[in-house]
Amino acid sequence: MNLLVCISKTPDTTAKISFKADDTEYNSDGVTFILNPYDEWYALVRAIELTEQNGGNVTVINVGPATNDIIIRKALAIGANDAVRIDTDASDAFTVASNIANYAKTKNFDIIFLGKETIDYNGSEVGAMIAELMDLPYVSYASKLDVQSALSTVTREIEGGEEVCQVEGSFVLSAAKGMAEQRIPNMKGIMMAKNKPLEVIAPMSGDVRVSTQKFVLPPAKSGVKLIDAENMDELVRLLHEEAKVI
Amino acid sequence: MSVLIYIENPNGHIKKSGFEVATYGAKLASSMGTNAIGLILGSATNAGDLGKCGLSKVLQANGLPTNEFDAQSYSHVIAQIAKDHQANVVILSNTANGKALTGRLAIKMEAGSVSGANALPDLSDGFSVTKSVYSGKAIVKYKINTKNKVISVMGNSLQPDMSGQAIDVEQITVTAPTTKLKVLERKTSDGIVPLPEAELVVSAGRGMKGPENWGIIEELATALGATTACSRPVADADWRPHHEHVGQTGVAIRPNLYIAAGISGAIQHLAGVNNSKVIVVINKDPEAPFFKAADYGVVGDLFEVVPRLTAAVKKFKHA
Ligand SMILES: Cc1cc2nc3c(=O)[nH]c(=O)nc-3n(C[C@H](O)[C@H](O)[C@H](O)COP(=O)(O)OP(=O)(O)OC[C@H]3O[C@@H](n4cnc5c(N)ncnc54)[C@H](O)[C@@H]3O)c2cc1C
Ligand SMILES: Nc1ncnc2c1ncn2[C@@H]1O[C@H](COP(=O)(O)O)[C@@H](O)[C@H]1O
Repeated sequence: MNLLVCISKTPDTTAKISFKADDTEYNSDGVTFILNPYDEWYALVRAIELTEQNGGNVTVINVGPATNDIIIRKALAIGANDAVRIDTDASDAFTVASNIANYAKTKNFDIIFLGKETIDYNGSEVGAMIAELMDLPYVSYASKLDVQSALSTVTREIEGGEEVCQVEGSFVLSAAKGMAEQRIPNMKGIMMAKNKPLEVIAPMSGDVRVSTQKFVLPPAKSGVKLIDAENMDELVRLLHEEAKVI
Repeated sequence: MSVLIYIENPNGHIKKSGFEVATYGAKLASSMGTNAIGLILGSATNAGDLGKCGLSKVLQANGLPTNEFDAQSYSHVIAQIAKDHQANVVILSNTANGKALTGRLAIKMEAGSVSGANALPDLSDGFSVTKSVYSGKAIVKYKINTKNKVISVMGNSLQPDMSGQAIDVEQITVTAPTTKLKVLERKTSDGIVPLPEAELVVSAGRGMKGPENWGIIEELATALGATTACSRPVADADWRPHHEHVGQTGVAIRPNLYIAAGISGAIQHLAGVNNSKVIVVINKDPEAPFFKAADYGVVGDLFEVVPRLTAAVKKFKHA
């Protein structure tokens, strides 16, 4: 099986969120970056499992600058076979998707994996775009994947439940919880990762369709109002009269 | 020019989230000085009610298999209808299906797209849309630079306005491309409002001690008409179904009321719930971090407080 996994870099889940340059840019000073959890825990691990069972190759791909190599090496340490980095800023979802689709077009991947979303932009857009650019089916929010030669059975999350679908041939999938279990890279994996191929490719040119104007922090809570544990009638009254939510 | 709104009709019925996007599209169209056209794929018993939101036309496209969602064929049909009606803005719900369509439509229409918009666009300087990013820890304003635009709207971002008149639904027939995807089975829990759409949510965490104790949470939820949720360790331990898991790695929600019992309020949990309008925290530990993010707090043993709250809710509802 020839598999591609799209990986992105995000601030650590506990990172402080602040902005610079007149609130147009994320302030990354002192922030630890990680491999986006959905890409790492679910998409990448399931792709590796499939090649362990059926043979094949897992390529990871990232659109980003050289400072992203650290997360690419981590993906290689977890078990990807080789890596590609497209050397440009991931300015919007279209830039990322068009560059990945352009690369993938000639490579005959059986399945292209993504995470269900990045935990910084929370877009969930890149996968659908790649699928459309390559005219492939797209299964989003997949929590289970089984592959029987050219037929894949995928369970995907929908509002308040799930759906089981069957896909014929190549497709694009975004992975959610349930797909696989996180793998911690071991010493051997980390050593081997250093010698695995990482190809750097020049980006294609394209316009930025969506640009960031400004970030704002959500308004701070005014502070908690404590209610006596014996007096739940008072809480109900406040929820009705003051908060007006019931 | 027009604004096309794709409205989902799961099981042949349009839900509140559908009327929300219809209202969003109608308001946007009116500020752009153009018409809002609603589109449903397959039938819906209450399709005519979409007119009440201010749509000038509601199209029902027949010819696609119902309840067989395939992003590839659906986006093909929606883009075709957008073209036929010279729509340069397409609005969708930010549901699982809506998200799968947003990016595809953006490519088809050569449009800039924003998924998860939390308010109406700002047209004062071009076309800007805000959405929540960094898992609820910030809000960003994006400017869409292209002529065509695709926007999916986060649930509970605005109240449906249904003050207008119902209208007749116009039937059209479409041909869907053959697809490589088949839906074999759909499992949904009937009757319960799914979490992403729920206005009232009662959630519980590890403080519950075990799955056998969830009765008190369900009773409170039933009394309020709320949907139940849980923290991640609770879903991981299979105390509760996975789709109830809220937070950074689970579902992100923005209900009017979020009641959290026996949840410490870890940053990854808050990431999925901090857009809630009002948060009530019940925890026996006054130092629990969740109190910092709460509007109302009750320090006490949830096994006593929750049943007491249920009784108070019942009393209020019957008053
Ligand atoms: C990358 C990453 C992603 C994550 N994503 C998520 C996510 O999406 N969602 C999520 O929820 N977590 C997530 N987590 C886990 C998160 O960090 C916390 O571990 C988790 O939220 C804690 O769950 P909890 O509050 O139920 O349990 P605990 O932290 O154990 O808290 C239990 C609480 O119950 C209280 N309590 C105990 N007994 C009683 C009683 N009788 N009455 C009242 N109160 C009582 C305690 O005081 C305590 O505050 C993630 C972690 C990581 C590292
Ligand atoms: N810069 C990037 N390089 C490679 N893949 C990416 C990049 N950004 C996002 N992705 C992939 O697209 C998925 C969805 O991202 P998003 O649309 O930003 O929520 C992520 O989980 C990744 O798999």
